[in-house]
Amino acid sequence: MSSIAAAIMGFAGGMVGGLLGVGGGVLFVPALAIFMGETQVRAEATSLLAIVPVAMVAVWRQLDYGNVRVRDGLVIGALSPIGVAIGVVTSNAIPQRALELTFAGLALLIAAQLVIRALRESKTPTPDYSD
Amino acid sequence: MPTGDTAATSRMLKLAAIGTAGGIFSGLLGVGGGSVIVPLLIVWLGYGAREATGTSMMAIVVIAAVAVTLQAFYGNVDPPNAALVGIPAIGGAIAGTALQQRIPERSIALLFAGLLVVIAAKLIIS
Repeated sequence: MSSIAAAIMGFAGGMVGGLLGVGGGVLFVPALAIFMGETQVRAEATSLLAIVPVAMVAVWRQLDYGNVRVRDGLVIGALSPIGVAIGVVTSNAIPQRALELTFAGLALLIAAQLVIRALRESKTPTPDYSD
Repeated sequence: MPTGDTAATSRMLKLAAIGTAGGIFSGLLGVGGGSVIVPLLIVWLGYGAREATGTSMMAIVVIAAVAVTLQAFYGNVDPPNAALVGIPAIGGAIAGTALQQRIPERSIALLFAGLLVVIAAKLIIS
């Protein structure tokens, strides 16, 4: 029963991933931790293994749709491990709670910026000041 | 042309910064790189939302492959459970990318903003 729940969350994670260009770990990790009883570390590591084929299939589909700048993606991917190393070292030097709150604040700022951009693009040529 | 070179260099530096930033947050918090890469490609490099998500996926293939190789050395990876969530997820990814082509880019950006709010809430609550 819990395997079925984990598989359904896997499908949902793949869907969110394909739709929004993220790995899907945001749902894979809780699926593995809650339904399959994995520890947090094992859930995150196992989620990474699931992400590799899922991201490959998503890239294959997006290549067909013409939405991948391959070279840019490879440059970003190739440099990320350097960032990961910096991140791991830093996370052992700074209190975790401060990091979580800092990133939460940044995420909200970026979210606000995305919303502002989206609303600006959707504005009609004749601005409506009635509100 | 010097201006072209400068633009290309500045673009490359931005890509490098996005890659490093995505990696830093993954290493710090275990947050997926995509949640950093997609919005930075949109806000910083002027990518359309669809292109940002497709290109982010390309980067994620590399990032996840490197990270899972390292985790495997520590014996933290559980392949049967990865298959349990990953195989249905492949179907989900095909459905998700197909759905993405049918909705406006603005909606994709707004959905992404929603995802960031969820991530922020999780970090604050944790």
